[in-house]
Amino acid sequence: MESSFILPPALALIGAGVLVPLTRGVVRSVVMLVAPLLCLALVWLVPLGAQVAVPFLDINLVVVSGTKLGRMFASVFAVMAFVGGLFALRQTRAVELASAFIYAGAAVGVCFAGDLLTLFAFWEAIAIASTVVIFSNGAQARRAGMRYAVVHLLGGVILMAGIAGQVAGSGAIAFGPMDLASWPRVLIFIGFLINAAALPVSAWMPDAYPQSSWSGMVFLSAYTTKTAVFVLIVGFPGVEALIWIGMAMVFYGIIYAILENDMRRILAYSSANQVGFMIVGVGLGGEMALNGAAALAFAHVLFKSLMVMAAGSVLLMTGKSKCTDLGGLFRSMPVTTVCAIVGALSISAFPLTSGFVAKSLITEGAAEAHLAWVWYALTAASAGVFLHAGIKFPWFVFFQKDSGLRPADPPLNMRLAMILASGLCIGIGVAPGWFYLLLPYPTQYLPYTASHVIGQLQLLLFSGLAFFLMLGWLQRTLTITLDFDWLWRRPGVAVWLWTATTAERLWEGIAQGWGRLAEWQVPKLAAGRGWPTGVMAFWTTVMLAAFLLIGAF
Amino acid sequence: MDPKGDHWLVRPGTIKALWRGGIFALVGLVAADVFVPHDATFGVDGWPGFSAGFGFLACVGMVLGAKVLAKVLKRPDDYYGE
Repeated sequence: MESSFILPPALALIGAGVLVPLTRGVVRSVVMLVAPLLCLALVWLVPLGAQVAVPFLDINLVVVSGTKLGRMFASVFAVMAFVGGLFALRQTRAVELASAFIYAGAAVGVCFAGDLLTLFAFWEAIAIASTVVIFSNGAQARRAGMRYAVVHLLGGVILMAGIAGQVAGSGAIAFGPMDLASWPRVLIFIGFLINAAALPVSAWMPDAYPQSSWSGMVFLSAYTTKTAVFVLIVGFPGVEALIWIGMAMVFYGIIYAILENDMRRILAYSSANQVGFMIVGVGLGGEMALNGAAALAFAHVLFKSLMVMAAGSVLLMTGKSKCTDLGGLFRSMPVTTVCAIVGALSISAFPLTSGFVAKSLITEGAAEAHLAWVWYALTAASAGVFLHAGIKFPWFVFFQKDSGLRPADPPLNMRLAMILASGLCIGIGVAPGWFYLLLPYPTQYLPYTASHVIGQLQLLLFSGLAFFLMLGWLQRTLTITLDFDWLWRRPGVAVWLWTATTAERLWEGIAQGWGRLAEWQVPKLAAGRGWPTGVMAFWTTVMLAAFLLIGAF
Repeated sequence: MDPKGDHWLVRPGTIKALWRGGIFALVGLVAADVFVPHDATFGVDGWPGFSAGFGFLACVGMVLGAKVLAKVLKRPDDYYGE
């Protein structure tokens, strides 16, 4: 079906991103709250199966393609933009807000991308806009932001190379299920996985996200990895490698979160863990597991943003984010504490929360596939989620020792945003029927059976027992745990410095040699007396960049 | 601070009651599991109390694993000097 009356839903949020810096006060608030609702309406106005094509050069770009999965992801992205916008109303940095809305809009754009080039355009917009969100937190975020940008631009180049190869090889630019039978598709696969924070490039997430502002991380935690999960569900369902990749992320997230001291890095590692669950679901590939991956992504956007908002409230009100500095905040921040606990229970898949009705679809998918080790590993990991995020985050921030801090709850708009997200987490858990209607495949799954509820409660409460019995070992210290980013922050930098110094020396040698030659051979040629090295280095860089650009396109 | 003057939630009496209630819930859950029909996929997962034991041991294992990893990878938090 071709239609030209469909407005791309992404435009609502991208438009808001453009309007935010041009407005202030109440008008800006209205823009930030109305645009997500408009986007949500536009998402539902795209009929399933509808396609909007725009001619570009000699190809037809399918900028809007209505699918059930895309509608589901775009819906939660729009809802999240509303929640995040409400939370961020008092953020005074217009650059951050503008880029956050463009970022959210680009994520919605990916959900409707019908071809690989449209996908790529939104993909790069996500990378750039999210980088600006990180950078806008000032000097402290600059270095981590730069590392984030490098990883994501590299991911973009790999993705573009894959897409170019795919189009050259098959002539088709449509975005649909693929296998790993050709190199271009492997490159596309890697490009997707980099944004999913898959090992070994996972470290960009715990490195960069916690450097963003109290409001910036709310947006960051919602979009990049979940769009990656979306494209993996569309592009690579049932690719077995994803089970292994996802499982590695699941346990990496748990172990590193257990050892982490910074509350927002704990949440970032916990995201790696949750995205791992989703990727295992994509790798399993059955309808149940794919539904589970989509459902968990949807639920995760809400409960993780809820936890990040609680952490952001604590950061805004105390200026601190290390567990060693925090504790006992429940006394003066009751609303934040309760909302953090709702988020923590949801991520742990407690019955009556969104996590319970979503995650069990993935474990059920593993059971259906009769993959015993996957099922046992996921069950062990579910216990681990309660340990590293479900109890650890609220316990060390709001309870444990009395830090003596008595910050108040954050302003009303921030409290409302957290209460709204809490309501959605519980609403989905209490009445999963309408939630299951959003899933890409129809399902008759009943999460609330006696054995499932009792089994899950046992799993979680005995994990809780383990937590409190081992509390002495879990006490936080002023330490970090070396992650994969050590490779590029230490040996990587050393190799780079060595290369740069060697190249510089080599160049100086050549320049001197040329200078001598010039003095000896053409004494009147002033240009031969050696240019400043900096100028030459600059032009060499320009030339190399030009080659790179020509190579990329 | 005088413990009696602090928030009711952190008074020793409350904490004791929370532990008692928690242990009661743990025992109750395992007991209830005996009477609930299971449709086990892999056999062991149908045993009453399986989730309790498995969850507990999994957590102990993961914490021990983290401790071992920390021996090798733990650094002061100003390690990178940022």
